[in-house]
Amino acid sequence: MRRRRRKMKTKMRPPGHAGEETEGGGPRHVMAMRTRIVKTILRRGSGEQPRGRKEARIRTAGMRKEARERSVEGKTRKTARARKEMPRGRTLGRTRGRTVTRRRRRVAGISSDSGSNAEEEESMSEGEMAALMEEVEEKKKLIANMRNKPWRMRRKLTHLKEAQQFVDKFEGALGKGKGRKWYAYKVMMTKKWIKFQRDFENFRTACIPWERKIKEVESHFGSSVASYFIFLRWMYGMNLVLFGFTFGLVVIPEVLMGLPYGSIPRKTVPRDEQDTAQDYSVLMDFNGYCKYSVLFYGYYNDERTIGLLKFRLPLSYLMVGIGTFGYSLMVVIRTMAKNADVGGGDGEDGEFTFSWKMFTSWDYLIGNAETADNKYASITTSFKESIVDEQENQKDENIHLRRFLRVLANVMITCSLGGSGYLIYFVVKRSQEFATRDDLSWYEKNELEIIMSLLGLVCPPLFETIAELEDYHPRIALKWQLGRIFALFLGNLYTFLFALFDEVNSKLEEEESIKNASYAAALQYAYNFSLTTNDSSATPPPMDPRDVIRGPCWETAVGIEFVKLTVSDIQVTYLTILIGDFARALIVRFLNYCWCWDLEAGFPSYAEFDISGNVLGLVFNQGMIWMGAFYAPGLVGINVLRLLTSMYYQCWAVMSTNVPHERVFKASKSNNFYMGLLLLILFLSLLPVVYTIMTLPPSFDCGPFSGKQKMFDVIIETIDLDLPAFMGTLFSYAANPGLIIPAVLLMVLAIYYLKSTSEAYSNANLELKKKMQMARDEEKNRRNNTDSTNQVMKDLEDLLPNRSLIPPQISKGGKGVNLQKDVSLASANPNAGGPVNRPPGPRGPGGPGAGPGRGRERGGPPPR
Amino acid sequence: VLFYDCTYFTRKEILRLFYRYRDLAPQLVPLDYTNQPDVKLPYELIGSMPELKDNPFRQRIAEVFSEDGEGNMTLDDFLDMFSVLSEMAPRDLKAYYAFKIYDFNNDDFICKSDLEKTLNKLTRNELTEDEVRMVCEKVMDEADLDNDGRLSLEDFQHMIVRAPDFLSTFHIRI
Repeated sequence: MRRRRRKMKTKMRPPGHAGEETEGGGPRHVMAMRTRIVKTILRRGSGEQPRGRKEARIRTAGMRKEARERSVEGKTRKTARARKEMPRGRTLGRTRGRTVTRRRRRVAGISSDSGSNAEEEESMSEGEMAALMEEVEEKKKLIANMRNKPWRMRRKLTHLKEAQQFVDKFEGALGKGKGRKWYAYKVMMTKKWIKFQRDFENFRTACIPWERKIKEVESHFGSSVASYFIFLRWMYGMNLVLFGFTFGLVVIPEVLMGLPYGSIPRKTVPRDEQDTAQDYSVLMDFNGYCKYSVLFYGYYNDERTIGLLKFRLPLSYLMVGIGTFGYSLMVVIRTMAKNADVGGGDGEDGEFTFSWKMFTSWDYLIGNAETADNKYASITTSFKESIVDEQENQKDENIHLRRFLRVLANVMITCSLGGSGYLIYFVVKRSQEFATRDDLSWYEKNELEIIMSLLGLVCPPLFETIAELEDYHPRIALKWQLGRIFALFLGNLYTFLFALFDEVNSKLEEEESIKNASYAAALQYAYNFSLTTNDSSATPPPMDPRDVIRGPCWETAVGIEFVKLTVSDIQVTYLTILIGDFARALIVRFLNYCWCWDLEAGFPSYAEFDISGNVLGLVFNQGMIWMGAFYAPGLVGINVLRLLTSMYYQCWAVMSTNVPHERVFKASKSNNFYMGLLLLILFLSLLPVVYTIMTLPPSFDCGPFSGKQKMFDVIIETIDLDLPAFMGTLFSYAANPGLIIPAVLLMVLAIYYLKSTSEAYSNANLELKKKMQMARDEEKNRRNNTDSTNQVMKDLEDLLPNRSLIPPQISKGGKGVNLQKDVSLASANPNAGGPVNRPPGPRGPGGPGAGPGRGRERGGPPPR
Repeated sequence: VLFYDCTYFTRKEILRLFYRYRDLAPQLVPLDYTNQPDVKLPYELIGSMPELKDNPFRQRIAEVFSEDGEGNMTLDDFLDMFSVLSEMAPRDLKAYYAFKIYDFNNDDFICKSDLEKTLNKLTRNELTEDEVRMVCEKVMDEADLDNDGRLSLEDFQHMIVRAPDFLSTFHIRI
């Protein structure tokens, strides 16, 4: 078909181009080129001629046959033909280019015989040029697609070389007249561009950090453990961007352009703290010099602009604080959407459970005997499980038991979650009560912490035990486990925030009194000064910044709290790894020589990598960062350091101390579950920060917003002072409730609309799937009672050939020969050729009779 | 460098693969490949690579990708193999070769005996015969679209392109 079309094209084109060519006036070079082409073609074609011709004949015969058959059976044939061509594809593909060339030459030869005038010649060469151009394009395409072909490497290489030579030879020749130079230039540039792209690609793959490390972990522990590290890497990337924002827009401008340390009270350690300010223990608590450093909110000045650049630091501080959340939200949601796109077909239907298990369960990445053993075991168990499942499905008995067990497990877990929630609530209440009293025992003082860590210690294993009841696939079990522990930790978060808000409120009250006190002190100072100098009009010299009475600065306190929490979290995590994993591994390894039972295989054994714990730790840590970053800009930097070190540290720990899981399971391709948790935490940590920004008054004497009623007054100030007046009015209109409410409504409507459309799409999908299933069933049924259908088919086949144009005997003979040829070609080299040559595309939706076996069956050597 | 268009590798990776290939048998493989010497590594060496050592299908992989069909590989075959098994190879190509690998008797169809062999290799003969038979029947039932009792390449592709894990498991990192 394709060839026929091309022939048409070559014939069609000449008249159109002939006129142009004579005008353009380049007959000589065209002629010369033509002879060159013919020469090369002769040279190339001579070796393969006999074989190629045979192929061509076969092909034409095949085509004739196909055309006839298509008219008989229409669609059904197509797949069959594709199949038949498959084994032939290899040999054919090799000669196709040449047959085409030769055919064109033949056409040229015939026409140059028939007409000898110049115009004819030119038009021919012009046609040839067009064809040549086409061929060059084709070769180029071939080069581009070379790697997609399932050929032997040697064949690929020879083909590639040939094609490249061809392209090199004729590419330059194709341009004509003025355009020629330009064309050559263009070709050269594309080559350069391709090379550049290659280099760039190489460069980019080299730039992905820790790829090797993660690969190593993955090959030993399977993709589930690797998914944690990939998540860690992702987090690192995100935090790096946040770090860039905060440091680039807030910290560094303040350091470079702001007032230096000791110039104003908020940047100075007060006199009574001076002595201990450099003690190690104080610094470790982030008091002393740490507290009055650029790490924390309180250090920043409320000057509207700083430095020569008139950098608006307070505004930038607020914007970065909000932008952190905005960016994180955007990134998380975008990643989720992308993952959802990729993993759209994640575990959809159980159509091919067994086939998939059979053909895709072996992880070719495994390169470690231990992991391989585990994998064998897990595959066996999974097969056994599916067999059991299948039997259960057939029996349909135990499913109730399992459902009952799952419901039971969920009830139990809900109970324990509710219990621990109540316990936390109760303890928090009690601790508030205790806060008013002084006569407390040690236990009563630390009750909250003790209860919380006890819960954190007891509940996860408990959940795991209960989860055994449910008997989920470990991947799903992991998700459940993650969700449950997450819910438990939310209680943790709740108590923490509760305590924090208590503290903030008390600090706010305290601040109110101190504000008055400091005002009075300032008055007193001025009064004293005027007394000593006896000159009331003289302005007093400013007080020593160390002596000024200052408020508690609740923002810095909160920031310190978060930083302390993060640091202690880092310490605990690292120590756990060191003791829980490394020490255990050491003991197991070396005490094993002198112990009464096998420690490695028996009870203590080596630790497994705790995916759920680590992921949750990471997620909660990130929540702390988000909450604390506004009050302690340095926190982001600390977090970046933490992630960086933990990447190396944990990689090392995993590789050296842990053993692969008993059931190595593949992580789901999209780690959207982790992302979902992250999104939830992000939202939760957004709430308190936004609340404080919007409602609480900032401290009066520290931080970039001091002296303002609310933090967001900075924005209003900027609008009023820096932007032209009409912008101010514009903003006031935009902030009008009358405009905001319709906008919100509109958004809700849009969401509703999108949701309903997506639902409709998924419904349509389901519908189509059902139809496919039905078609398949129908097909199967029809096959199963072959007798009746075959009769009909036979009748049809008897009737139809008579209508075809070609006499039946010839076609029979030709077909027989062809088929034999096909068969012999196919059996000669079963490795050759492949359907990948054709455009992939899905099978039609189970159209009746699209089965390939059927085609072969009916096209078998004894036809009818 | 010509390999670039034939494989999914960058130049560096190709060089690395070459060194890997050479390391398998330094005495056999020359360092200089400009005049295309005809060198083959026997299957025993290929199969002992750490990437393949633990793979139950290593022999099949080597057979399918080697030109002589017996697992003895030239450098070309070697590159070809890792190119197909690399991350960048498209699904269809992978599916095609996966089909070849699972088609133990080279008859272009995966029939019951192939399935049984696959299964036994996967589970190290730990399933009972009944179970094996049942699993094979189930597979046939699921994937055989035209009910001819064996899986053709099309059946296989139809099944495999829908598998969520196929791309992530059918590759070897090197």
